[in-house]
Amino acid sequence: MDDALLYGRLQFAFTITYHYLFPQLTMGLALIIVLYKGFYLKTNTLIYNESAKFWAKIFAINFGMGVVTGLPMEFQFGTNWAQFSERTGNIIGQTLGMEGMFSFFLESSFLGLFLFGEKILGKKLHFMTAFLIFIGSWASGYLIIATHSWMQNPVGHEILSNGKFVLKNFSELFGNPWLLPSFFHNQMASLVTTSFVVASVGAFYLLINKHNKFAQLFIKTGIITGIISTLFVAFPTGDLLAKQVALNQPVTLAAMEGLFHSEEGAPIVLIGQPNMKAQRLDNKIEVPNVLSFLTYERWDAEIKGLNDFPKEEWPTNIPGLYYSYHIMVGLGTIFIGIMTLGLWFLWKKKIEIQRWFLWVLLFAVPFPYIANTAGWYTSELGRQPYLVYGLFKTTDGISENVSSGNTLFTLLGFVGLYLLLGFIMLILVGKIIHKGPVLTEKNQ
Amino acid sequence: MELVWYLILCFMLVMYIVLDGFDFGAGIIHLFIAKTEKEKKQVMRAIGPFWDGNEVWLVAFGGVLFAMFPTLYASAFSGFYLPLIMILWFFIIRALGIEFTHLINHELWIKPWQKGFGISSLLLALFFGVAFGNIIRGVNLGGVENGIAQFNNHYSFFTPLWDGSFSPFAEIPGVIDWFTITIGLVAVLTLTIHGAYWIILKTEGDFVKKLQAKILPLWIALFVLVLISLVAFITMKSFHRELFSLHPLMYILPFITFLSLLSMLLARNSKKSWLGFTSSTIFIISGIGSALASLFPIVIPSTNSIVKSLTIYNTAAENYSLNTGIKWWVIAFLLVIIYFTFVHRIYKGKLTEEHDHH
Repeated sequence: MDDALLYGRLQFAFTITYHYLFPQLTMGLALIIVLYKGFYLKTNTLIYNESAKFWAKIFAINFGMGVVTGLPMEFQFGTNWAQFSERTGNIIGQTLGMEGMFSFFLESSFLGLFLFGEKILGKKLHFMTAFLIFIGSWASGYLIIATHSWMQNPVGHEILSNGKFVLKNFSELFGNPWLLPSFFHNQMASLVTTSFVVASVGAFYLLINKHNKFAQLFIKTGIITGIISTLFVAFPTGDLLAKQVALNQPVTLAAMEGLFHSEEGAPIVLIGQPNMKAQRLDNKIEVPNVLSFLTYERWDAEIKGLNDFPKEEWPTNIPGLYYSYHIMVGLGTIFIGIMTLGLWFLWKKKIEIQRWFLWVLLFAVPFPYIANTAGWYTSELGRQPYLVYGLFKTTDGISENVSSGNTLFTLLGFVGLYLLLGFIMLILVGKIIHKGPVLTEKNQ
Repeated sequence: MELVWYLILCFMLVMYIVLDGFDFGAGIIHLFIAKTEKEKKQVMRAIGPFWDGNEVWLVAFGGVLFAMFPTLYASAFSGFYLPLIMILWFFIIRALGIEFTHLINHELWIKPWQKGFGISSLLLALFFGVAFGNIIRGVNLGGVENGIAQFNNHYSFFTPLWDGSFSPFAEIPGVIDWFTITIGLVAVLTLTIHGAYWIILKTEGDFVKKLQAKILPLWIALFVLVLISLVAFITMKSFHRELFSLHPLMYILPFITFLSLLSMLLARNSKKSWLGFTSSTIFIISGIGSALASLFPIVIPSTNSIVKSLTIYNTAAENYSLNTGIKWWVIAFLLVIIYFTFVHRIYKGKLTEEHDHH
């Protein structure tokens, strides 16, 4: 890989990884805020409104970070991936353009009103603004994943003799079988992150014995949305997405699973390290036949291993892909365990005395972020060496006119700026959590 | 269809410059003219509810440009690599400057964010002007050196930040030369006056009088720079002279530009506070319109004779994309009008301290 390509990829990877730390929280939080505002509208209980207000503050900071780190994403298609943009703009320009026109205008118009206009708007209109922001942020996710789905499983296009991809059928772009499983898998994963964040702030308040009423509500909210989302993220959404991978990118599936040789009744690997030289997994612990069953619903079905595919089609970073996938699935399984336990304690009304469990919730926070990131890495590394699967190689997509020195310069700039922003953002969120939700006299 | 999309994109770009332009202007005023905390608050109050929605016009413009003119998008974004990425950095600092300033009430926190907001507004206005200057001056498409194109793709170019001579007539002109800097300064001064008129329109009190008094010196400087850049532009290769002789009606555009420039000065003490803002708005629209019209149908002129200039026809997407796009664009645009009407109705009239967020 030449330097310009390496730095271009690193820059995209770094900026998108960082960017997605924010939308994954805000998409889920938007839903939770709508729920709180809805309960408030229905029951007139102030605690719901105060909770919505508290989370809106954290939402605002994360949303702001999401917006400013999202702008470089749109720019980078043109600045660093000019050849890719030029040849596929007919298609992915549509979905990205729609994102700007449909969701960004919606979100930005109502965010200010939602954050600062409660008094001017009144109860119902204020609920509406929260709802519109939720719609806007999920629509944004939908359109991005429509773009992503076309790159994973290109449909509805035609390739001209000059190498340009042009759109043939707009509805096929949105009827892509990859799209819905991917979208709901992602939205549920975003809700997993949010559930853990909400529950852990609740756990924190209980542990320091502050804002107890809010703490109970946050834990309850986090565990209920948590159990729903952790289950849905695995089944049916994760399962359906994995079937799409098996169908459209069988070599990616083999690499994700670390399956070097084709097998009937293929096992699922729990732990093991890919050994690329010897073409096997070292120190593996596996459960026989499960992979075959999960993929084809037959215990003895044959799964093709990497050996059945030409080497030039193999994903370029198989160990990275394998680990990303296993980290995502492993953490996802642990999340289901934590949330099930939480539900049990909630049911038995024992959550406040299980202090060890509150500690677990408190320290679980970084892990859904890691799982979400690993999930995206699985998807992106799995698509390599292509930008458009099977049709357009990553090496052909870079801007030929931007030298490696320039890309490294901007990459370093982004790293520096983003580290600073992350630091500032943590101070602000920490301050909001430290201050806590405001208890007015009425809801005591 | 290419023409329709070209006009739509010009419209979106101009919307962006008119709307976010007053935010930039407000930032520059915040930096240089607003001295006390009260004055600074008044500046922020005037743009607080709007700036975020205004900025979206740029993002939407970028997305639609990508969809409808992918070659132009790829060419301009990669060719102006460094200035564009730096624009992004200033955007980030500026947006967070607006959003984060009030979150911790301590001088050590507030001061750097305020400066960050002001300085990045100033630099963004300058950079956008410089970028616009680059586009009307033209670039070395294909990266031609000694008569041979260095790049495989005809749309590729790479502009160095500057060429030793700082001349727009150099063989490989840089991003910064005396012409593009002049256009950059025109942008800074125009947007400062534009921002001042917005604050005059949306707020009241002593600070409004202070701003009114600043308009004359700003305007004189602007007038001089506009004349310099106009003379320089007419002598350039990219200036499409025949277009004006073929369509004499086009002289209306520069005519309106000069009328509105004049009324930007005359409206400064008028009781009708909308008059100044309207004048500066028309000046921006007709000024950009005149410049773009005199290039038409070229969108990125080539400064060499080997690689052809990029036009709206050789950079557009295929018909199917253009035709499909117009359907969703119109629907989305109607929604945008509804949102904007709603937001501006809620914040209509003069904004007083009651409207402060904090």
